[in-house]
Amino acid sequence: MRVVAALSGGVDSAVAASRAVEAGHDVVGIHLALARSPQSHRTGARGCCTLEDARDARRVADILDIPFYVWDLSEQFAESVIDDFVAEYAAGNTPNPCLRCNEKIKFTAVLDRALALGFDAVSTGHYARIVDAANGRELHRAVDPDKDQSYVLGVLDESQLAGAMFPLGDSLKSEVRAEAALRGLLVAEKPDSHDICFIPDGDTGAWLRDRLGDAPGDIVDVESGAALGHHDGAFAFTVGQRRGLGLGRPAADGARRYVVGVDIASSTVLVGPPVLLDVDLIHADRPRWCGRVPGGIVEGTVQIRAHGDPVDAVVQINDADVVASLRSTVRGVAPGQALVIYDGTRVVGSATITRSTRTRAHVPVSATGPESN
Amino acid sequence: MYLDHAATTPMRIEALAAMVEELSRVGNPSSLHASGRGARRVVEESRELIAAALGVPAGDVLFTSGGTEADNLAVKGVYRARRGQDPRRTRVLATAIEHHAVLDPVGWLGDSEGADVRWLPVDGLGRLDVISLESELAQAPDEVALVSVMWANNEVGTIQPIAEVAALCDRYGVPLHTDAVQAVGQIPVDASIVDSLALSGHKVGGPHGVGALIARRGLDIAPLMHGGGQERDVRSGTLDAPAIVGLASAIASSMADMDVRTRRVAELRDQLVSGVMTSIEGVTRNGDPLRALPGIAHLSFDGCEGDALLLLLDAAGIECSRGSACSAGVPQPSHVLLAMGVEPLAARSALRFSLGHSSAAYEVASLLEKLPAVVARARRAGVPR
Ligand SMILES: Cc1ncc(COP(=O)(O)O)c(C=O)c1O
Repeated sequence: MRVVAALSGGVDSAVAASRAVEAGHDVVGIHLALARSPQSHRTGARGCCTLEDARDARRVADILDIPFYVWDLSEQFAESVIDDFVAEYAAGNTPNPCLRCNEKIKFTAVLDRALALGFDAVSTGHYARIVDAANGRELHRAVDPDKDQSYVLGVLDESQLAGAMFPLGDSLKSEVRAEAALRGLLVAEKPDSHDICFIPDGDTGAWLRDRLGDAPGDIVDVESGAALGHHDGAFAFTVGQRRGLGLGRPAADGARRYVVGVDIASSTVLVGPPVLLDVDLIHADRPRWCGRVPGGIVEGTVQIRAHGDPVDAVVQINDADVVASLRSTVRGVAPGQALVIYDGTRVVGSATITRSTRTRAHVPVSATGPESN
Repeated sequence: MYLDHAATTPMRIEALAAMVEELSRVGNPSSLHASGRGARRVVEESRELIAAALGVPAGDVLFTSGGTEADNLAVKGVYRARRGQDPRRTRVLATAIEHHAVLDPVGWLGDSEGADVRWLPVDGLGRLDVISLESELAQAPDEVALVSVMWANNEVGTIQPIAEVAALCDRYGVPLHTDAVQAVGQIPVDASIVDSLALSGHKVGGPHGVGALIARRGLDIAPLMHGGGQERDVRSGTLDAPAIVGLASAIASSMADMDVRTRRVAELRDQLVSGVMTSIEGVTRNGDPLRALPGIAHLSFDGCEGDALLLLLDAAGIECSRGSACSAGVPQPSHVLLAMGVEPLAARSALRFSLGHSSAAYEVASLLEKLPAVVARARRAGVPR
């Protein structure tokens, strides 16, 4: 096969590309330039697409003796990922830009271009497994539970999966590192990045305020209705958030207060005790199915954030309407987050969370904690 | 198939032989003993060879680490020296199509040393608009520190009206630097008509990492590198005798065979251009067809992305480029094409094929055979916005 190997400059994509070469494919290395201003690219601001990363990626391609090109997808990235991210936050939602990037950039813009140029697949360093089963291609969790990235790939549809290649899905991260060392690919040894690549300093609130301006309002206690403080923009708050509220006084009962709701229209941030964050019923829409479209009811697990634990659930699917009834509660579910549905290790699909509620008084609390930011 | 001679061209065998021989010898050209004298002798003979080839006295030749250093030395060195003599001289006039080796130091002088930079426009063929140069000069000749106009452009191959420019600068008493990196060895170059001229080893069939600034005696240049003062106190650093011998040999031999060689190369280039034009629709040739370097064919392919063409050609074993090597960064539309008024989209669809002394007819034939399918495929992939 002719394969485009996305090379980020990191270890994972390097080993993935080397495995594609080893498997006998005709491989071309591509580094994606996603930063909008090529200047910041050139001056090397930290983030996911710096000149340094491009150099590392090129060095990897040279070691593997494969051609190397930089594809400038900054315009598409700005439109499909960054603008969407800002718009979602402005609407009071908490989007995950990595899913969006996989859906719109890596497995649309890059894959389409690769196919048009005569390639058969795009290989990336994601930890996830593709299984060619009797009734079609399936996406599964990676073998390494700590590294599993199937969550951020839960947006891929059947045709996108058909053009995807994830050579690392059967390996442990430790094996991948060892293999990188063995093949002399440790030029790319650097820490895994968990941050949002286009917000290099990690301060999402300040980054959003730069773009959305100040929209001051009150921080209101959801139980008493009392205004406890002020904020500069409700969009910068996420359900489940505890830090950065700037509330001097402790609550009457001394318990910590969390963001339990964000109302953009009235510019109000609602805070309350953590028990209000525990939900067991999640509504979601805009589903995308990884392969065949499931009918009616899926009994499996759901996951609501990239590094969260799976929770047993019964998921009812009614066209675009997805309702997950969880066996235990999860804490801190924000609208806009992706609900990824699994049947065992198989990814069934994903949908965008619209709201969540608590339906039963006494349900076990799952280990999935709130975001700590 | 190597069709990227303007990026770098293979070493000529004469240069390779001369350089290899010198590499086995010990000797610092600055030493007084016999080994040093031996090295100095070959360096000075090389200087004389190069000077003779370019029509200047031997003392005008300053060896550098390449074209980039020669350009930087001229641009920054002349600006600083002339401004030091008269603080009113802050203006720098340069064409908008200079190579980055001139473009960037000029821009840097503007950003960091208070230079008042005026970019001189070119026409649709990539030729300097001499009238705009004249009006800039006439405006305030006393305030101009330096004029920089390349002899021939590295992307589209357009040869500039250097004699006219030189006469103008002379009339206004302003020094003229020219980047002749692409011109030397390809077309006759008389360095005596300018005040300084940059050339590079690896573009003339010599080694990488060596070049020269031809600088008229009497042109004040503030040094960039301070040290032993080896080159007229303007440039310091122990001279690389083997590289210098290779450079001189490459220049001398390319002068000797220039007529025959460049006629052959231009014929091949013309075959390439007409072959592409007849077999593929929607191709535009960029540059000045009448005043062009012999080896360069710069073509835009409607509805294609230059990078897609490069990728597909590379896979087909054909090596060419987009015009200027861009290390690992994002490919930008060429500033040269933009200055020529080419639309950004068309600028992104351009490729440079460049031929040189070792080019052969079968290479052009192979390109003509493979290119139509490659262009068709790239057109199907389209142009990302
Ligand atoms: C017109 C021009 N000037 C300057 C240079 C730089 O020369 P060098 O590679 O020797 O530094 C080049 C080569 O890319 C060139 O084409």
